[in-house]
Amino acid sequence: MRRSRISIAISALGGQGGGVLSNWIVELAEANGYAAQYTAIAGVAQRTGSTIYAIELFPQELIEAEGRDPVLSLMPVKGDVDICLASELMEAGRAVNRGIVTPDKTTLIASDHRVYAISEKENMGDGRIESNGVKDAIAKAAKKLVLFDMNAAVLKSSSVISSVLFGALAGSGTLPFERVDYEQTIQNSGRAIETNLAGFALGYDNTRGAISDNTEPECGLGFTSASALMAQIEELPDNAKIIATYGVHRLVDYQDEQYAQLYLDRLAEFADFSPELVGNISRYLALWMGFEDVIRVADLKTRADRTVKIADEIRAADGQIWYGHDYFHPRYEEFTDILPASIGSAMANSKMWEKLCSPLFNKGRILRPKTISGFLLLRFIANLRFIRLKSLRYKTENKRIMAWLALIKKVALDNPDLAIELAQCPLLIKGYGDTHAKGINRFSRIMAVAVQKRDDPEIVQIIAELRDAALLSDAGTEFNSSLKDHNTEGLTGDDAQEGEFSWAGSS
Amino acid sequence: MAERSFKKEVEKLRLGDGEEFRGEGILAVTKALLQSGVSYVGGYQGSPISHLMDVLADAEDIMNELNVHFETSASEATAAAMLAASVNYPLRGAVTWKSTVGTNVASDALANVASGGVTGGALVIVGEDYGEGSSIMQERSHAFAMKSQMWLLDPRPNLTSIVDAVETGFELSEASNTPVMLELRIRACHVYGRFKAKNNKIPEFSLQDAMENPTRDTSRIVLPPANYLHEHEKLNERWPAAVNFIKSNKLNELMGPSEGDIGIIVQGGLFNSLIRALELLGLSNSFGDADIPIYVMNVTYPVINDEILGFMDGKKAVLLVEEGHPNYIEQELNTILRQAGCDTPLYGKDMITEIGEYTSDVIKSGLEKFLAPHGLSNTEKNNLPAAAAIDVPPRPAGFCTGCPERPMFTAIQLVEKDIGPFHVSCDIGCHLFSILPPFNIGNTTMGYGLGWAGAAAFNKKAEQRTLSIMGDGGFWHNGLTSGVGNAVFNKTDHVLMIVDNNYSAATGGQNLLSSAGEHKKRSTQHDIADAVKGIGVTWVKTVHTYDLVEMHKTLLEAMTTSIRGPKVIIAQGECQLNRQRRVKPEFNRQVNAMKRMERDRFYVDSDTCTGDHSCIRMSGCPSLTLKENPDPLKSDPVAYVDNSCVGCGHCGEVAHAAVLCPSFSKVTLIYNPNGWDKFKDIIRSSFIGWIQVGAENKRHQRLKKAGLA
Repeated sequence: MRRSRISIAISALGGQGGGVLSNWIVELAEANGYAAQYTAIAGVAQRTGSTIYAIELFPQELIEAEGRDPVLSLMPVKGDVDICLASELMEAGRAVNRGIVTPDKTTLIASDHRVYAISEKENMGDGRIESNGVKDAIAKAAKKLVLFDMNAAVLKSSSVISSVLFGALAGSGTLPFERVDYEQTIQNSGRAIETNLAGFALGYDNTRGAISDNTEPECGLGFTSASALMAQIEELPDNAKIIATYGVHRLVDYQDEQYAQLYLDRLAEFADFSPELVGNISRYLALWMGFEDVIRVADLKTRADRTVKIADEIRAADGQIWYGHDYFHPRYEEFTDILPASIGSAMANSKMWEKLCSPLFNKGRILRPKTISGFLLLRFIANLRFIRLKSLRYKTENKRIMAWLALIKKVALDNPDLAIELAQCPLLIKGYGDTHAKGINRFSRIMAVAVQKRDDPEIVQIIAELRDAALLSDAGTEFNSSLKDHNTEGLTGDDAQEGEFSWAGSS
Repeated sequence: MAERSFKKEVEKLRLGDGEEFRGEGILAVTKALLQSGVSYVGGYQGSPISHLMDVLADAEDIMNELNVHFETSASEATAAAMLAASVNYPLRGAVTWKSTVGTNVASDALANVASGGVTGGALVIVGEDYGEGSSIMQERSHAFAMKSQMWLLDPRPNLTSIVDAVETGFELSEASNTPVMLELRIRACHVYGRFKAKNNKIPEFSLQDAMENPTRDTSRIVLPPANYLHEHEKLNERWPAAVNFIKSNKLNELMGPSEGDIGIIVQGGLFNSLIRALELLGLSNSFGDADIPIYVMNVTYPVINDEILGFMDGKKAVLLVEEGHPNYIEQELNTILRQAGCDTPLYGKDMITEIGEYTSDVIKSGLEKFLAPHGLSNTEKNNLPAAAAIDVPPRPAGFCTGCPERPMFTAIQLVEKDIGPFHVSCDIGCHLFSILPPFNIGNTTMGYGLGWAGAAAFNKKAEQRTLSIMGDGGFWHNGLTSGVGNAVFNKTDHVLMIVDNNYSAATGGQNLLSSAGEHKKRSTQHDIADAVKGIGVTWVKTVHTYDLVEMHKTLLEAMTTSIRGPKVIIAQGECQLNRQRRVKPEFNRQVNAMKRMERDRFYVDSDTCTGDHSCIRMSGCPSLTLKENPDPLKSDPVAYVDNSCVGCGHCGEVAHAAVLCPSFSKVTLIYNPNGWDKFKDIIRSSFIGWIQVGAENKRHQRLKKAGLA
């Protein structure tokens, strides 16, 4: 039996314009000798969920010869889809999982850009699903694959992804219609013709291979030159060299050369241990020594390149005037943190001072770094860099860093694997305010476990498990139950604030 | 204004005899109603028949020309009660809603109209929200047809068959004095296709005729002794009349060869899926010429006994393709076969899955199992080896970009942080997405408008109050009485939050009593607060949702205040989907007209972002997403606001209220700046640039000295 029907499925996200694309295909087909049927489920999935559209085309001349209509399907059927269009990489993967992409029949036309799902976004670390595996799998599943970053084409043409997909469909040559027929369809629709045609053209050309992009994203440090610091980095094991270079760069940028020297001195203490340990320490030590305080934030927010970066990201037109309203909510703690340690800690512990100052800190502030007053205020705070190493915050963080390094050193000889696990734990400490406090708290409890159960044969595994569990939720339910599972007395409570870092001893 | 406008499409409703109609299934149904000479139409929106209501609303001019009254009913019960007009008078009327939820609400009126019976044709068009993409409990409308004795049509899913079903449905209703239900599955509602149109008909007997010459017949009213009479009429008169009509008009169809060892009985609505499955098994062509006899039940209730027995006669085995649980038709067919002594084996849910939507794939595997003993199926040839599943993330529905309901749930998260968790009773509407990540808020939902009623049992003194949620749609549907009135009367001490977003948003942005916009044909702008106060609540606060600080404060107060009695917070914020549809074209017009305009959008500083994503967990906005961390020392992705941001400001408010990181920035872009803007900009940027150069130079020198840069 000769197959004269063409079955098309569109796998898209609600709001991406799958309906518009379906309409275009129907109009294209009807204008060029085909009868068309299409349907979709326009339910709750319209609100950001994944949606499937089903289109079937049938030659008009066969219908006339037969004198009756064919029976068409209202859904894409496994193994029976000629063309599948997917507006996002994971939706292409989902189409494959549904069986509507098969190697004997289906041309899969998909964008490889990502629209992250909430499960990926809400993770406290990196919850993104790995894209390369999906790309390989869809390539195997399809008869022919057209895959490129259609979102880039959308941004370039200021159009929508349906026009780029429509162009890619034309470019793929899988439908018996000419490019002009497609363009005519867009013309006839009468809406946003210019940008839709631009998006269409990019889709078409990308599919025909007329455009080669894949310019490597810029990264790296530029060049380095001979200096005392660079000479010391050369002494480090190979795997740590690049990280340490970044680390030195960060700390010179953050404070000064002497501070970077302190970093390298601390690293040098581990010169005799495994390269893996040195690599991990060089990363997390640099991040920790470059802890984020208001001085750093103010510095970053007043840099010249920030303006360029924002203008690019918000897609401001050339020379367009714009102003940023930056949201800050400094708390009393952030204020006492940047004071000299003795005054800072006295004030931090004084209820009276806290109450006196509270009107300043009880609500969020909005600063405008592109106005003169906003800029000067931020620049003033940024200049407090000169007193940073005397600040309360520095003293606190430094004490913690020293305790962490001391513990690693203590276990590194007997249990090198444990040392490596402990070296990675500062990844729990990030950010500001409560986020930072929570990170410190969980980090501290893990260190305490390491001290308490140092001789447990499972200790390496336990630390790794706890670290993963700590990233699972804000509430820390998984973390607390993991602590309980490992029978770590006295550490299962929610609040380890009291005696935090007591595992480090009195030193 | 509804989410989708049909202003252009409704012109198709004017097509006349022999012209080809092309369009969506639901638009074809509207055309069929007009071709049938309908006098009145009512309904309540909800997927998949929202578009039917939207089409009708946009078609009011045409409806007026034809003297048809269209009403946006307050609820499905209201719509069903409209059918009362067909009881005494030869008026054709149709009502529509989402099923089975809407049929649940409507069933009081439906039972009454079905008991007394109708004179004019009464058609109930139910859009089935069953199977893929459904948002409701998985049940069957079939049960309502059986319990109240209404006939159930389930036509083949092509426009010609659907239009025919509407027309013959009215005739069947009149021939048997019984309301008729027309069941349309979700894909059929939205299917784009074509059919040959007929002229529209102006009803001969008009609504005005009835109003000016009223007649009554007490035997049509459900009150003793007539209610007992109705039961007799149903079984002894209306049923046989319907069977006669169905048989003589051949509403059910025989397809494929007239003879065969085996056969298939199928619900009309599943016909296309069955044919595709047969085609893939090599047992049919594209035009539905199957190799196996098929009995298509375009009427699934009542079952026509002798048609069934005739079809079973002489066959070795018959497969019934019936979607949904329980298998009412299978049970009934088995009774018929048993009573007639027919021993042809009937297969059904033992071959095809008992649960879930009957897609072509599902039917195909059932067919293979059924056909194998008859040598008609070659499974190996037909099935491709299954590839390993690709790891893809689930994509639950969620709040749209800039949705005004998001801040409500962030406020609830914040209050739970303050006073510990509390019981949350949810309702139906977009706000029910709160139960999904990232908010994970809500214990139960008991139906539309029943949010506060769902917490009624907890009207006891305890350390923690309960919070209920209700949308404006549910509030006007019944929540004002079933929730608020009930709470006042029973002296509750609990809290209700009403989402006042100007539209029935979840069903597609239809207008409501409390819609803020003016409406030519409907009366809007009726304040929810007035209604709540009018029914007796004294603690009523109205808060703008985007003001998170105020929202947080008000909710905390409601949950902890020493004042006893019902407490209602009205959370106001226009549905962003509809707002953007209103505001965006206007903005572009102004910009093109060279007017000075400002547009806000948000931005996350990737340099100061912590990569901890608390902002995402407290917001879930689609435009707040991830990108690679630009810091080579960190591997966790940073938050990033993509270009779909509408500048609602919620993420900034969250950063403030929850004391998150200092990364959020609202950027105001100025279009067509005036001289003052330009002057300020030059002064500011030259001054800032001058200082920046100095600071940058120092930084570069530091780096250079260190051997970097």
